[in-house]
Amino acid sequence: MKKSYLLAIAVIAVAIVIIISTAGDASTYVNFEQAYQLASTGSSTQVHVVGQLPKDADGVITGIEKSADNLAFSFILIDDNNKEQKVYYNEPMPPDFTRSEKVVVIGNYQNNSFIAKKILLKCPSKYQEQKLNAGV
Amino acid sequence: MHYLIGNLGHLSAIAAFVTSLLSAFAYWRATTHNDLKTKIGWLQNGRAAFYLHTLAVLGIISTLFTIIYQHYFEYHYAYSHSSLHLPGQYMLSCFWEGQEGSFLLWMFWHSVIGIALIKTQKSWEAPTMAVFALVQAFLASMILGVVIPGINLKLGSSPFILLRDAMDDPIFKLQPDFIPKDGNGLNALLQNYWMVIHPPTLFLGFALTLPPFAFCMAGLWQKKYTEWIKPALPWTLLGAGILGLGILMGGYWAYETLNFGGYWNWDPVENAIYVPWLIMVASLHTMITYKNSGTALKSSIALVIAVFVLLLYSTFLARSGILGDSSVHSFTDLGLSGQLLIYLLFFALAAIVLASFRWKEIPSTEKEISTYSREFWIFLGATTLCLMGFQVLLPTSIPVYNKIMGWFGGQSNLAPPANQVEFYSKFQLWFGVAVAFISGTGQFFWWKKIDKQKLKAELITPVLLTLLVFALVIAVAKVYNIAYLVLTLAGIYLIISNLKVLITIAKLNPKLSGGAIAHIGVGMMLIGVMFSAGYSKVVSLNNTGMLISKDLPTEFNRDNLLLFINEPRSMAGYDIEYRGERVEPRHKGGYVNKNDIELTLDPFKVVAKKDIIFSGEKLYQVKDTFEIYPENTYYEIELRKDGKVAASLFPRVQINPAMGGFLASPDIKRKATRDLYTHVSLPMNREEEPEWEKLEEVKVKAGEEFFINSKYAATLQEINRIEEIEGVTLAQQDVAVQAKINIQGEHEVFIADPIFLIKDKTQVGRLPSEINDLGVKITLLNILPETNEFLLGINSRQKDWVVIKALEKPLINVLWLGTLVLMIGFAMAMVRRFSDLK
Repeated sequence: MKKSYLLAIAVIAVAIVIIISTAGDASTYVNFEQAYQLASTGSSTQVHVVGQLPKDADGVITGIEKSADNLAFSFILIDDNNKEQKVYYNEPMPPDFTRSEKVVVIGNYQNNSFIAKKILLKCPSKYQEQKLNAGV
Repeated sequence: MHYLIGNLGHLSAIAAFVTSLLSAFAYWRATTHNDLKTKIGWLQNGRAAFYLHTLAVLGIISTLFTIIYQHYFEYHYAYSHSSLHLPGQYMLSCFWEGQEGSFLLWMFWHSVIGIALIKTQKSWEAPTMAVFALVQAFLASMILGVVIPGINLKLGSSPFILLRDAMDDPIFKLQPDFIPKDGNGLNALLQNYWMVIHPPTLFLGFALTLPPFAFCMAGLWQKKYTEWIKPALPWTLLGAGILGLGILMGGYWAYETLNFGGYWNWDPVENAIYVPWLIMVASLHTMITYKNSGTALKSSIALVIAVFVLLLYSTFLARSGILGDSSVHSFTDLGLSGQLLIYLLFFALAAIVLASFRWKEIPSTEKEISTYSREFWIFLGATTLCLMGFQVLLPTSIPVYNKIMGWFGGQSNLAPPANQVEFYSKFQLWFGVAVAFISGTGQFFWWKKIDKQKLKAELITPVLLTLLVFALVIAVAKVYNIAYLVLTLAGIYLIISNLKVLITIAKLNPKLSGGAIAHIGVGMMLIGVMFSAGYSKVVSLNNTGMLISKDLPTEFNRDNLLLFINEPRSMAGYDIEYRGERVEPRHKGGYVNKNDIELTLDPFKVVAKKDIIFSGEKLYQVKDTFEIYPENTYYEIELRKDGKVAASLFPRVQINPAMGGFLASPDIKRKATRDLYTHVSLPMNREEEPEWEKLEEVKVKAGEEFFINSKYAATLQEINRIEEIEGVTLAQQDVAVQAKINIQGEHEVFIADPIFLIKDKTQVGRLPSEINDLGVKITLLNILPETNEFLLGINSRQKDWVVIKALEKPLINVLWLGTLVLMIGFAMAMVRRFSDLK
């Protein structure tokens, strides 16, 4: 067989491996129910859960607990199915956390607790101006 | 209101669009016409139109820059990207912070390169410039801001739009001519010198992908299938060098400014530009192969087209808003996604259609290439680079895939890999290994004909040397991970084999050594990346043992350190101590203690409470008024070794509600072998009223020593009657006394000066004095004349604190040094290929 065919076969083989691994390692957007089921099958795959922070009547976010030394915190997240879940995060609370409209947590369930490895904040003001500071 | 300048700018934008179309048309006619006289006529028209186009582009740039520089905040662009207090050099960063400005930058470079082509490429001018002008027309349409009447289609987003048209604020109804006094300001992360030079470099790299593409298209169009390679090659070398430099500058900026702890995050926007660069490097290798041996012409054509199409695809990803949910730094969506998609599809389809029509006519060699030929190894390397790019492109495109599924009524909940760094690294590492082994070995075929015997003889010394150096490195650095071991070996092999080649070539003709030098640079970069990323470790481990919840698994470790002011801890072999908050004066280097300044009504101006000295140099006299950057706070962190100060770090935090809240930037202690990278992960919230503990009372006589919090020795120095108090009017019969109390802190003596006041004979007022660094507040509660004592009240609170995270990055300097070597290699190769053209 010609070498160029061998090379072509090798390239195709590598490409297939890449495609399969991408499909395998790709995370998914799920809700807490699905994330829990996934974890209870023994999988430790990390998933994305999109949710909102609960607010009281005054618009203040509720359910945030900081550790005594401020080095970690937990919060309640309500997913798209309105399921409330306590989420633990192993880093200090990002100061603009309470200003977020939408929070994406990336992590998994461990012993009935959802542990976030990463938090993506969707702040309304991040890349778009709010109202004009007209008074200035 | 300055209407004229905006109208001028808008007019220039329209002129730029029209002239580029005219130029493209004229150059097209010049290419297709057979009659020489008409041809020359069209050629001159095309040239004139392109010059006019360049003038128009310069017109847009200068008007927009004037708007920013003159602070015309009636314009949306100036209002949303700049502010009165922004230093001059960052006005440039404002210019290209917005999408429109970056399109302009891109167009500017195309114009410059276009003129260079007109001046140098006589026979290629018409067809290549037709492609250039057409690309310019697409770019100009992005900033046109014209609504096509009838179908109500908005073409492009103009940077000259007025604030009142861009923002729906009620004030414009009341006061249409309202102009805000100040702008929104530039994102602090972009206020960095790298952000002044990184975007122009990157966009020059973007623009330099066009000449090879234009030559390739011209070659296919004019059926000059082989001739286009020669003029395209030096441009490809220049482009690959500049684009690579631009990308790495971005990485270096991220390392210095962002707080994710590295220079590369495998973010979709980063990936989108990394892929075209890899393919560009592959294309330049196949082009060199073609020049030397006449093989790989078809792959060169395919790769050159792929580079440009991938670059347009990356532009589409970054600017269309499609990555909104997966990237941290995509641009704002300006509603240009449709136009961007047309831009991408137009050139992709045009190139593919043209290439496939001509494919059969393109000459190719049927002879089997030998394993012992240079071509074989270069081709293998180029293939590896393409696969490397494919591996990154596929997951990066997941949002696009979801979108397409959505169009066909399907629903896809695929998300990018949860741990992108780990995911991409595990593949890219092995590709890196393959590239290193292939390019290390391939270099020995420099002399073309070589057989098994000769190759063995050539290889034996570098292989032995490699193993020797490898053993030494492993012994010293203690690398045990298999993948890292292999990568280190591959990197060392690449360096040593190319060193050998370099020595040989340098004897023959030093001008030809660019390739070997570039490869040495790549080897150094691989080793630098391996150590700095693979052996980066968190050194700020929390060892207090306080947990947030007992339910949590034990691996829930914490990587942050809580530091109280002036209380030393130990970290990474240092004594580490937080020394307090600092601000940066605007016109002088160094940092100023926040306790030493008094705020004024203007947040940018402060008054010195005492002489301000920074590292032995007197910056300001007491009572001097000077300017600061009020948004930025620096946290002084002192590192000591054996009692001696090893470094003072000043990681920065910016609180700017307009820009998305909290932004932390690291400070880096650089050593030859490793960097110590520290950033603030949580600052104290100064807006919150601190919780004071219960008042503690002490009775002291003047001159008597006492203790505060049973920790700080204090003396009541004196009590003086004072005649005036700021903010209070004293009448004749009023009595005010001020105590002066010296308190010995950890590093310095603080003076507390509480005031006791009797107004109108009956009313008692007390003005306490707070010592920030000690977390105490002292009040002069009462004067007891019968015992000659004074009653002091002491409140204390939790001391000031900051939470930091620190990482160690070994051998990161090898990466930066390798980059430099790579660039030298690129430059040498480029100079050689450009001089070949003459």
